[in-house]
Amino acid sequence: MFFLKLIIRNAFRHKLRSTLTVVGIAIAIIAFGLLSTLVGLWYHGVEASSASRLVTRNAISLVFPLPLSYKDRIRQVPGVKTVSYGNWFGGIYIDEKHFFANEAMEPKSFLELYPEFILTPEQREAFIRDRKGCIVGKRLADTYGWKIGDLITLRGTIFPGQWEFVLRGIYRGAEKGTEERALFFHWDYLNETLKKTAPRRADQVGFYMIDVERPELAAEVSQAVDAIFKNSLAETLTETEKAFQLGFVAMTEAILVAIQIVSYVVIVIIMVVAANTMAMTARERIAEYATMKTLGFGGWHIAGIVFGESLVIALSGGLLGVALTFPAAQWIQVELAQFFPAFTIAPHTIALDLLAALVVGVAAGIFPTWRGATIGIAEGLRRIG
Amino acid sequence: MGMGNGNPPIVEIVNLSKSYRRGSQTIPVLEDITFDIADGEFLALMGPSGSGKSTLLNLIAGIDKADEGTIRVGGVDITSLSDKELAAWRAANVGFIFQFYNLMPVLTAFENVELPLLLTGLSRSERREHVALALQVVGLSDRVDHYPAQLSGGQQQRVAIARAVVSDPAILVADEPTGDLDRVSAGEILQLMDRLVREFGKTIIMVTHDPRAAEKARIIRHLEKGILTDIDGQPASPVAGS
Amino acid sequence: MAIPFSYSLRNLWTRRLTTVLTASGMALVVFVFAATLMLAEGLRKTLVETGSYDNVVIIRKSSNSEVQSGVDRAQASIIESQPEVARGSDGRLLLAKELVVLINIPKRESNKPANVVIRGIAPASLLLRPQVRLSEGRMPRPGSAEVIAGKSIARRFKGGGIGETLRFGMRDWTVVGIFDAGTTGFSSEIWGDVDQLMQAFRRPVYSSVSFKLQDVTAFDQFKQRVEGDPRLTVEAKRETRYYEDQSEAMAKFLRIMGITLTVIFSLGAVIGAMITMYAAVANRVVEIGTLRALGFQKMSILAAFVMESLLLGLLGGVVGLFGASFMQLITISTMNWQTFSELAFSFTLTLDILWKSLLFSVGMGFVGGVLPAFRAARMNIVEALRAS
Repeated sequence: MFFLKLIIRNAFRHKLRSTLTVVGIAIAIIAFGLLSTLVGLWYHGVEASSASRLVTRNAISLVFPLPLSYKDRIRQVPGVKTVSYGNWFGGIYIDEKHFFANEAMEPKSFLELYPEFILTPEQREAFIRDRKGCIVGKRLADTYGWKIGDLITLRGTIFPGQWEFVLRGIYRGAEKGTEERALFFHWDYLNETLKKTAPRRADQVGFYMIDVERPELAAEVSQAVDAIFKNSLAETLTETEKAFQLGFVAMTEAILVAIQIVSYVVIVIIMVVAANTMAMTARERIAEYATMKTLGFGGWHIAGIVFGESLVIALSGGLLGVALTFPAAQWIQVELAQFFPAFTIAPHTIALDLLAALVVGVAAGIFPTWRGATIGIAEGLRRIG
Repeated sequence: MGMGNGNPPIVEIVNLSKSYRRGSQTIPVLEDITFDIADGEFLALMGPSGSGKSTLLNLIAGIDKADEGTIRVGGVDITSLSDKELAAWRAANVGFIFQFYNLMPVLTAFENVELPLLLTGLSRSERREHVALALQVVGLSDRVDHYPAQLSGGQQQRVAIARAVVSDPAILVADEPTGDLDRVSAGEILQLMDRLVREFGKTIIMVTHDPRAAEKARIIRHLEKGILTDIDGQPASPVAGS
Repeated sequence: MAIPFSYSLRNLWTRRLTTVLTASGMALVVFVFAATLMLAEGLRKTLVETGSYDNVVIIRKSSNSEVQSGVDRAQASIIESQPEVARGSDGRLLLAKELVVLINIPKRESNKPANVVIRGIAPASLLLRPQVRLSEGRMPRPGSAEVIAGKSIARRFKGGGIGETLRFGMRDWTVVGIFDAGTTGFSSEIWGDVDQLMQAFRRPVYSSVSFKLQDVTAFDQFKQRVEGDPRLTVEAKRETRYYEDQSEAMAKFLRIMGITLTVIFSLGAVIGAMITMYAAVANRVVEIGTLRALGFQKMSILAAFVMESLLLGLLGGVVGLFGASFMQLITISTMNWQTFSELAFSFTLTLDILWKSLLFSVGMGFVGGVLPAFRAARMNIVEALRAS
């Protein structure tokens, strides 16, 4: 108890210096926490996706479609429960800055396949009945203040023209990770329009989504599907939704790695700052350490006191940082809603934060601790006066 | 080699030498010193700056290492002890009084005095008793919760003395204990040290520049360029006295 | 009277450990600052150099990129007949009707697939892009299943090297040449004969039409006429502008990321400098008192401490830049999420980034040092001298 008291009083002896250091560490921990969360968001789509749902697309690449006629042949594959299909629409609302995902889907099978999109039975009915209807996620509706019955106009990039949809439902995500910033509309509406304007592009599907009867069948079914269309004009590539999402993440891996590196750099920077503080502090207290040694305290006692001080400062900064991470994340979630799905701090991020603070404290304390523990008494005392 | 008071020696120094290294040069500080200090003695070591008096004090107190020779304190050859043994020995046998008091600024008077007792196996309440007693001896029972910065120089030095005696060591070493004090406070501190010798039978070895401080001591030894001399600057006779 | 410069310098040297620690903190921040600027610059350079100011790209209206675009043969031939299209020395039109699609091929190292642009080219394609030259092998023979690969593709993708084959569109395609397009985006593309590729992919329409302007200033009038033409549903962009738009989102992301990180990081470094300088002032109270007693003005004291801090910042800046300059050896390759295609670019150090980084580091030193310097300058002489 006595030593704890001594350590804590020592830690806050230089109020200005300790405060600056604690604030510095807190800032670093906030940055570290937010960056880790950002990296986590990259995998957000992966985590939210199912391992028992399969995605079938053109083997060449996503930009090539598949014929609509594949639908019935896929359905006949043993183990397939439901098949749905759609197109990435890539429409733009107002301008490029207002980005959100929008896709054309076969509504009935789609809602069956994705039970995590929760709609009231009335809204669900209304959406399925209206060929020009669409549904959007709660967060997206909140962003633009849309209400049921509103007219939403998208400018097509892949499919030219101005496209109008009537909002028929606002869905909620069943889980925290469910994408609530997306718009879905009838694939038929897209297809009928194409039949008139660009018949060559009609009856083409961007991707099929398959629900298998049991998750264990996923690998078997995907092989079976790809085997059917082998050596046809449009060969397919079927993988689990998770793998499909992971593929996207992998393509931007370089940026992900850069962010990760940077989040460790910030910890190194603050480690250096804290090490500096501790080195200065220990240097100023050499005479005190020497005095304690004359009184009969050993190197380990001194080491404990110096090291403890370093840990107290680092962990204070860490705790302050963690406490401030939550309002910071809240602010990002509100202000930058259009960029991120749900900017929530995961428990393991907090653990990582505190671990980082601990590492800072340990690293910063090593040199001064060694100095304090090994200083010769006569030498230490001579520094006075 | 009995000294002034006729008691048996508590400190026996034989052929002690010590030198420091400055760059490539070796500077001798103490050269072949041999002398005893009797139990219950109040000894003043005097000499000009750089004469080696503080070094001698540090060697006797076991916070510096001799190059040659032996120092026996209370029958123990401290030159043969390891650092760890030396630390334990100091905690039990030596009390320190410094020119600048060397109190921990973040600890109260009470806690400063309590510090050495943390190395003993005493219980909390036992420590409390000892500390109260030590502070009472130095006359600071009403200042227990004050921090060093809230005390005058004389009061701080009295706290330091309380810290030095709280674990009841036989020997007190003092390096310029009055060097940073005004005349009145210095007088009070010397009075207190005198009392510790007289009433509590402590042995005090004090390094000082101050002739008034030296007067309070019962024996004065002079050091010059690492060699013990008598008052007139002559080599010391085997039996010196005041 | 000013305190000599060497006073500040020597004080830094005396407190070596602290100086090194503080300067390394700043160096890391400058490193991050410079690296993000270099990354943005690298991206910009890649895209600007990819396009030529006197080239025009025509894509379907609102399609944003060649990959999403479609221009049918009738529309293409209307564009071909426009008077603004330049002719080469042989009298042939400097105009290329091209097909641009993405194919998914695995990387050599990780075996992870990425989207790569494959471009069906016409004879004029190479003339339009003088920055592209064949560095190995030969051009594909018309009418054969042969392609050439950009050097970035050849190095990083399976089947991209010379003599290797790529499989897509139910055919095997032999890589017969490697082309070097410098740091431009073309280095991340695969080129083949446009007619062969249209057949393989069963695409009856072109993706884009590119041509060289006969008169560089004629662009606006051309754009107005073509975009107003009821037979055409296209938009025309200068090639430079087109590539800039392609990476707008990526550039914006890098910019926001860079600014945010730099601001947060520099807060940490400034705090570090401040701690150091406050300690420097606290340790030298008597010294400051002495200087003042000797007759040095408050301003001189202030200047000496600010100078010390500026030097600290400069030291960090130089070290940070030194480290950042090695980043030029690194090439980042990622998916451009506007086009979903692979894009490679390098960290690029420019003189502009150099002086900005140094200014930034000195600025950090100044901000960190100015408050402690004021404390030093305002010190009471008598009290300062008395302090122990």
